[in-house]
Amino acid sequence: MEWDWEFVREIMPMLLDGLRITLLATLLGSILAAAAGLGFALLRRSKNRAVTRITGFVVEFIRGTPLLVQLYFLFYVLPELGLLLSPLTAGVVGLGLHYATYTSEVFRAGIDNTPRGQWEAAKACNLTPYQTWRHVILPQAIPPMIPALANYFVAMFKETPLLSAITVIELMSEARGVANSNYRYLEPMTMVGVLFLCISLIAVPALHLLERRFRPPR
Amino acid sequence: MTDTIIDIDRVTKRYGSHTVLQDLCFSVRPGEKLALIGPSGSGKTTILRTLMTLETIESGTIRIDGEPLFQMERNGSLVPADEAHLHRMRTKIGMVFQLFNLFPHKCVLDNVTLAPMLTKGVRKADAERRAMELLDLVGLADKARAMPAQLSGGQKQRVAIARALALQPRIMLFDEVTSALDPELVEEVLSVMRMLGSTTDMTMLLVTHEMSFAHDFADRVLFFDRGRIVEEGPPDVLFTNPTHERTQAFLKKIIAAGQRI
Repeated sequence: MEWDWEFVREIMPMLLDGLRITLLATLLGSILAAAAGLGFALLRRSKNRAVTRITGFVVEFIRGTPLLVQLYFLFYVLPELGLLLSPLTAGVVGLGLHYATYTSEVFRAGIDNTPRGQWEAAKACNLTPYQTWRHVILPQAIPPMIPALANYFVAMFKETPLLSAITVIELMSEARGVANSNYRYLEPMTMVGVLFLCISLIAVPALHLLERRFRPPR
Repeated sequence: MTDTIIDIDRVTKRYGSHTVLQDLCFSVRPGEKLALIGPSGSGKTTILRTLMTLETIESGTIRIDGEPLFQMERNGSLVPADEAHLHRMRTKIGMVFQLFNLFPHKCVLDNVTLAPMLTKGVRKADAERRAMELLDLVGLADKARAMPAQLSGGQKQRVAIARALALQPRIMLFDEVTSALDPELVEEVLSVMRMLGSTTDMTMLLVTHEMSFAHDFADRVLFFDRGRIVEEGPPDVLFTNPTHERTQAFLKKIIAAGQRI
């Protein structure tokens, strides 16, 4: 088997189309993972025991089951219950919720690290609980978490090929498509690896930059 | 009723099986400067924290301006206070902490303007003008744009005083505000407090280990031990001629440790 540059040139536009979807799914999934993760973390701190327990159960349940199974459930089972999601929507929801269970731990740790004195000062300033979160706690707690969150987003990026299982035409399924119709797997699969590697290689220095930027000033 | 601004009646506070305040009773007149002294763990800080609603109490009543702090009237009977009642009561009280507790992500000016803007709806320009006056008062107008991390302990504490004053409380609580400072920085904070004491009619309660400051500053001194007031009186009497042996022992220890009274 010989490497065929001509074939690579031919399939590149399709692969790049796939990469676009991969990046889109990662971006939307990351936003959802951050928002839902913060939501889980806040719910787990609720004073209402029932809320804490149910949230804890949901988080453990999602974390304890494979992402692939969750994707199948969202895309193939939910329609039978009357909720039809497009492949990309189901994929983003699956990725986002799955990683939200991990980011919620990052948020929890970050929030717990905020000194008790900050809560007390906010109370002495007579801020409401909402104002305390919005103006005092989260602006301090979130910056140190950013590197850890970004780590999860990179991990999520590398799991996007799973979305091909629910017919999202991302990088991996584009590659499999051209490979199957041309009976050549060497170039498409190699290029998938190379493209993933390129993005990851960009992400690593970006992560280091974030870590330096948000390193706590102590 | 009207001649007291704080009225503490048979207040008991426990942490688990440990009793911190035991049937505590005392009251404070408007404008009075009160020093709370005593060994660590005697409950004096707990009183300030309770007045700021950072702690709850097991039994007894605390009245501010004649109004119960932790209860409110509903249909003629007293029920536990809701958040709105506590919020309203807290507008009367400000607190300065041992460890400053400035908001580290906000500059000095924003530390002072945040609460007035959020809780009283003061416009940004007005809040900043007022904050600059207060920073000027504590001698830090030139640090308005500095971040807390760039300040010395004494400067941080003076900002914290300005932040508390910005809400114009009628009662100010000072919780060991110089205990975390390097010795050479203590005086700058004390002189701000001295100035406040002589120029405002705020009621001030301070917990302190600075006996000579308490002596000069306070109208009345309460000596605490094991959650009770053992002895109280004007500083001249309590410091020079204490009647109770525990007060005598405490002051002897303080003098032995090198403090002047």
